[in-house]
Order: sequence, then structure tokens, then C-alpha cells
Amino acid sequence: MKKWSTFLSTVWLGLSTHKLRSFLTMLGIIIGVASVITLMSIGKGSTAQILSNIESMGANLMTISPSMSFGPGGVRGIGGGTQTLTMEDAEAISQQISYISALAPSSSSNLQLVVGTENTNSQVIGTTPEYISVASLNMASGAFFSEQEYERGAKVAVLGCDVAETLFGSANPVGQKMRMGNIIVTVIGVLESKGTGFNSPDATVIIPLTALQQTVALTRTAQGEKVISSIYLTVSDEKQADYVEAQITSLLRTRHRLASSDEDDFSISSMEEIASSLEETSSTLTLLLGAIAAISLLVGGIGVMNIMLVSVLERTREIGIRKALGAREQDIWSQFLIEAIFLTFTGGIIGAVIGWGISMIINHIGTMATLVTFDIVILAVSVAVGIGLFFGFYPAWNASRLNPIEALRSE
Amino acid sequence: MECFQAAEHLYHGHREDHQVDKDKQMIQLRDMTKVYPMGERELTVLRGITLSIEKGELVAIMGPSGSGKTTLLNLLGCLDKPTSGNYYFEGREVSGLNSNELAAIRGQKIGFIFQTFNLLSRLTALANVELGMTYVGGIDRRRALEALAQVGLADRVNHRPIELSGGEQQRVAIARALVKNPSFFLADEPTGQLDSHSGEEVISILTSLHAEQGITLLVVTHDANIAQHCQRIIHLKDGEVVGEESS
Repeated sequence: MKKWSTFLSTVWLGLSTHKLRSFLTMLGIIIGVASVITLMSIGKGSTAQILSNIESMGANLMTISPSMSFGPGGVRGIGGGTQTLTMEDAEAISQQISYISALAPSSSSNLQLVVGTENTNSQVIGTTPEYISVASLNMASGAFFSEQEYERGAKVAVLGCDVAETLFGSANPVGQKMRMGNIIVTVIGVLESKGTGFNSPDATVIIPLTALQQTVALTRTAQGEKVISSIYLTVSDEKQADYVEAQITSLLRTRHRLASSDEDDFSISSMEEIASSLEETSSTLTLLLGAIAAISLLVGGIGVMNIMLVSVLERTREIGIRKALGAREQDIWSQFLIEAIFLTFTGGIIGAVIGWGISMIINHIGTMATLVTFDIVILAVSVAVGIGLFFGFYPAWNASRLNPIEALRSE
Repeated sequence: MECFQAAEHLYHGHREDHQVDKDKQMIQLRDMTKVYPMGERELTVLRGITLSIEKGELVAIMGPSGSGKTTLLNLLGCLDKPTSGNYYFEGREVSGLNSNELAAIRGQKIGFIFQTFNLLSRLTALANVELGMTYVGGIDRRRALEALAQVGLADRVNHRPIELSGGEQQRVAIARALVKNPSFFLADEPTGQLDSHSGEEVISILTSLHAEQGITLLVVTHDANIAQHCQRIIHLKDGEVVGEESS
């Protein structure tokens, strides 16, 4: 214990003599660690946000969409999109497949919306009343359209909150009329915001599919079935998701008359798959950001080495005196190595606190979500210490190898 | 091991009569040389030095510059290794030891007193004295204060070297050597940078340490004034011992 306190006071002596220089050396490490933590926290924060968005959409949501295929059932649309899913497909799935709690076919179009002098273009989704539960939406005001309104093709619309604000400002849109394409619709509700994440409904308008057909005629396939753009459904039991997916695949292949050698002309994606692929992308991004920041940490490490070399040179005589007083090689190198580690460790801790502070500030004022996790902090600080060890080693070794006679003679 | 030592003792015993008196022997050099490579040529600084110093002796080594005094001092202080010959320190052959073993001998057995004091300017007198114990068993503050009192600096413990006179700085250096109770004090021109008054003080501290505590002290010096306090003066010239006088 006594030995350690002697040792630490020796190290403190070395550093405190040149306080400004020690601080500047540390600054390189502080900036490095702070930027690693800030950038990684941004990466982690956006990953967490994406995942929570997906979570809010419902983890057991499944989406069926058409995919490029040249099989006999496929009809190429004018715009180049494939039009293989039909209203009849959706009905068949909902009647024949078990473990489905809700299902909503949908067709979407980009239409012009006009209210008084305000006008905007927005994605209009035509769907069934079940859409609200499938996409787990909540109403901010008013109501979603009912089964009756769907049946009779009522010209009613539910607005995403951004659309509502663009067209109506702060006024209550519920009950107001609005021109959509070439029909007039009545606003009956506004959706709660889901944020700017993936697949957010904020910028969309939702109307009954039967109403959409009155302004945009649905294309029909060669068999005379009504083409839709996607089918959303929720699985009642998550454990059965794979089973449901297989059942739907086989049903649709039969309905689309695909030969066994043909590829599927549709694709089924579950939220879980989307989530995991997004998470993977986002972690790669986080790592990349961290790696960029780590470069500044490396530069800081070179600064440490530079200063340690200068310090050894400057203290040559001191090293000579210590050697004459009986210091062994390991006494000398451990002194300098501990100095380097002390610099980088302290710098690492300060950098971690600053990085954490910056990411808190970004989280509060910025649009970016940040998340500081304990493992990032531990990683950044230990990398900093590792850098001290690595870049301090050569100067320390140099010091320990000095010839005591020459060292004593130096000025 | 014991058997080996006994054999060694016997071997030296019949060659060298005074080897029998091992307990009294502090230092014994036998035909020690030191040659420095200087590019293609070689510079021979010591040409076969043979001398011995007994415990409790006060010895001066004198000689003109270039006579090899400093080189001899470095070898005696275990700061360097001889090119050939033997160096027995308290009966132990040390010329073949590695740098850490030499460091251990310097730390435990040898107290250095330098011409330029070699104190650390950032440390107080007390901390400088404590530095003498850092690498040998750890710091004992009470002992450090005692040593400072012994050299008459009890009221200067918290002064830094820059706040002390040359004589006081050299006394701190003596306290630093004293603090670990070395078997052997090695002083290199201890008064070389001091005015005659401070020089006298330093000499009187060293001689009284010798008289009262029986320390073994070897002084390398130009200064005839110091030399006259010594029991024995060894004259060195061109890397050889050219004469000895005893008082």
C-alpha cells in the first residue's frame, strides 16, 4: 500500500510539473473519447428509435406485396409495377387461413388534396375498417370509418396529423370537407402521430377502398380480379407466424397458378424480419461512426507518445539520478508507462463525461435520438487506456534503457 | 552452493593472503581495465587497477584530469562494468552482474554524493531525501527527518533546492545517501562547486560521519584540502595507480 502511494506520487510529480502540457495531451484523448461516445450514441439512438417505431406498428404485423415475376398470373402495370395481388386474394386468405386476427387489403395512390386555398399532394390509402387495428393506429380526434361506411363507399377520410396540419392549420378538421382528386370527401378523424420513423402514417390519408375506387378505378387482372397494392394482416399467435406465412404462400401460388418452377410473384415480410434487417444496417452504421471517431482517438494516442518522448528526453538527468539511487529498469519504465496510462485514463473519463453530455444535449434539442449505453463508455475508456499502454510503451522502454552515467551527465 | 563457496574461498585463500580477512574487506579491485571503443580505435582509460579498501576507511583518489578518476568512480559505484579484471564488493564478485543486480547494489549498498548535487529541483529537501529510500524498502519519513537533522538542515526540510545554498544542497544530498545506511559512500568532487566556507562544512560533516559512525568513504577529488583529512590517498595517472600515501 505504502509502495503504491510512493509510486503514484512519483507519477503525479511527473505530470503536475507540466500541467498545461499534460492537459493538452489529455485533450487529444478527451476529444477522441467524446466523439466516439457521441457518434456511437447517435447510432445506437437511431437503432433504438427504428426498433421502437416497428414495435409500435405491431410486432406481429405481416405485409404481402407484389413482386416482379414473369409467371402466367402476373400482369405488368403501365408504371412498371407488378399487379399480382387482388382483392379476391385478400378474401381467400381471410377465409381460408387460420391464426389471422385482422386483415386489411389496401391500395394506394398519390392524389391532390385541396381545402380552400391550401393544397398538397399526399399518399391516399384505400383500405378496410380493419386497417386501424392491423396497423395499430390511434385516433387523435374523430373516428375511423365504420363497416357501414365502407360497405356503401362513403366519401369520408381519416387524416394523418401532418396532412391535417398542412391543410387545416390549427383548426379542427373533423367535419370539414376537402377535395381529393375529383371527389369531395368529409374528414371524420385525425390520427395520432407516430413520429417520423419507418412507415409512419403521419403524412397519409386513409379512406375506404370503396371510396378510392370512385376516383381511381382499380385495374383488373386478366381473370377480372381487382388489383390492390398490398395486404396487411396481423397474426394472432406469434409462434404461428412461420406457419401462417407458409400457408399464405401456398394459397397464393395456387390462386396465381404458378408452376412449381416459377418464383413467387408476391413477397411476404413480417415485421420481425424488417426489424432485424434494419437493426443490422443500423449497427453497421453505428460501427462505422465509431470507427471514424476512433481515428481521432488514434491521433490523440500519437500525441501521448510524442509528449512522453519529449518528457523522457527532458528528464534524462532525473532518470540518471533515480538509477543511481537504485531504480531498476522496471521501476523506470513502469513510472513512465503509468504516467501515459494515467493521462489516457483520466482523459478517457473526462471524454466520456463530455461525450455523454453532448449526446444528452443532442437528444434534448436536436431531432436525433441518442442513446449512451454502458458498454460504449467502457469500450471507449478501455480503448483510450489501451492506447496509452501502446503508445507509452516505447518512450517508457527508451527511458529504462538509458545508461545511468550518460543520463547523469546530461543537462 | 555452500560447498561451492567454500571451494572458492579456498582457491582465493591460497593465492591472496588478505582474502582471509574477508569480513574487513569493503572493496577489492584486481587488475581492472576499462576500454571504450572510439570508432575504429579503442580508448584505454584504466590499465589494470588493483586496490583494496577496508571497512571504515576514509580514502581519497587524486589525479589530474584524464587520469581515469571518473571512470574508476563509475565502476566502483556499479554504474558501469569493467572490460576485464575483478571487482569484489564486500567479497562478492560484481563485475559480471546484470543491470538490475547492479541497480540493487547501488540502491542498498552505495551512497552517492555528486559534485553537482543531483537533487530533483521539483522536490523539497525532505522529498529528495525520501527519494533515497524509494527503491530500497520504501519511504520512512521519520528516518528522513533524522538524516536531515544530522546534516544540520532540520529547519530546511520543506525548501526546494533552488531556495537552498550550494552547501545546503550538498548536505541534502549527503542526507539522501545517509538515509538508507549504505555500506559505502562514494563522493565525486563533493566540494567542487562550493565556496571554501561551504566546502569546509561539507568536509566536516563527512569526516564527522566517519569518526562517529565509522562509515566507509571514498572521495574522488582534486582538492588537497579534502585529501589531507583522509587516512589514505591513492594517486592515479594515465589509468594506473602511481602511488599511495597514508597519514
